Amino acid sequence: MDIVEELLKGNRLALSRAITAIENEYDEAMDIMKKLYPHTGHAFVLGITGPPGAGKSTLTDKLARAYRAQGKTVGIIAIDPTSPFTGGAILGDRIRMNGLTMDEGVFIRSMGTRGSLGGLSHKTADAVKAMDAFGKDIIFVETVGVGQSEVDIVKAADTTMVVLIPGMGDDIQAIKAGILEIGDVFTINKADHDGADKLVREMNMMLDLDGLMTDWRPPIQKVIASQNEGITETIENIEKHFKYISENGILTKRRTERSKNEMLDVLHSNIGSYITNKLVETGKMDEYVEQIKARETDPYTVVSNVMKDMLK
Amino acid sequence: MAKVRVLVAKPGLDGHDRGAKVVARALRDAGFEVIYTGLRQTPEQIAEAALQEDVDVVAMSILSGAHPHLFPKVVNLIREKGMDDVLIIGGGVIPETDIPALKEAGIAEVFTPGTPTGDIVDFIKANVK
Repeated sequence: MDIVEELLKGNRLALSRAITAIENEYDEAMDIMKKLYPHTGHAFVLGITGPPGAGKSTLTDKLARAYRAQGKTVGIIAIDPTSPFTGGAILGDRIRMNGLTMDEGVFIRSMGTRGSLGGLSHKTADAVKAMDAFGKDIIFVETVGVGQSEVDIVKAADTTMVVLIPGMGDDIQAIKAGILEIGDVFTINKADHDGADKLVREMNMMLDLDGLMTDWRPPIQKVIASQNEGITETIENIEKHFKYISENGILTKRRTERSKNEMLDVLHSNIGSYITNKLVETGKMDEYVEQIKARETDPYTVVSNVMKDMLK
Repeated sequence: MAKVRVLVAKPGLDGHDRGAKVVARALRDAGFEVIYTGLRQTPEQIAEAALQEDVDVVAMSILSGAHPHLFPKVVNLIREKGMDDVLIIGGGVIPETDIPALKEAGIAEVFTPGTPTGDIVDFIKANVK
């Protein structure tokens, strides 16, 4: 099977195999990405992030259905944590989305973080591109359950939605740096639980104090995802934000920044592995390590010399 | 780096997923990526999830007695989608006398109550393609 050709024709197995090649960094992955790249740049990428158990998957399920009702095709990348000890993972986000499995306009892929700490996996951005080239109109990227500082999603998404639930801390939590700064749109899920209105007030206070605030004030919507309440309003908020960033040149800026990051990521990883491989092949790696261990030299000097040597 | 991906699924209508969860956890601890889809899956849903997740293994658990019907159906649907190399295994309350027919239908191995989870891990490691 020619993966790229089949993927572009709409073959779902080919899309699936392409993502595997990307995720496992198979030799052909680079070639696949090169050929898919010209077909990307059309999808709207929606990031969904928030603490564990906030209802991100349930919300994704409901939002995806609403977009499907508008006739849009949907891709979903759902990320769950990989064990740092065994490398294994339980990827359980599909449980909340079983109703979407048989819809041919929806493609769901679960990914483990595989050592990445920013809330995504290293290969999430490339998996998004594969779905984009496949022709998905909207791609949801659901992060792992995050704590305070896993903010990689802003680099991958056009619009980032932060999902919060009542009862997770007092108002000092709301003025801390981190995930609360990255929300373009806020959703207070499980709004039938105690403390939802208090959380809305605290979030509003946080936004009132935001000295960096642009013309866009992130809307805060109370939602009960499991009962489909507040979904229409949430979609409206997302669309308003997308309209705002499109009209103000912010989308172009974000996508330019993303293109730069994409290039730098590939640059760093390719140069890094090129040099590492050379060092291993020539046996220099062990030699340098021994010298550094014996304090005969230091890592900084070694790297300066290696770079002078190899990157002429 | 390739990682073994396993779909753990509960086809049919019985609501007992303790066993499936124990197996899912054991597979996780063996270093596999386990996609757990939850209860009451149709064979069509399982086959489609296997395709979207590009899994190497599909592990199904049934306690209702519907295995002679549902297991072969999943095998056929997965093969129809062009996934010829997916290892498909089953478990649950399955009478010994039913096992030969299930294997004939394409279930690579059947694990009945009392099986140490390590046996399942070893079987997957030995047979995954």
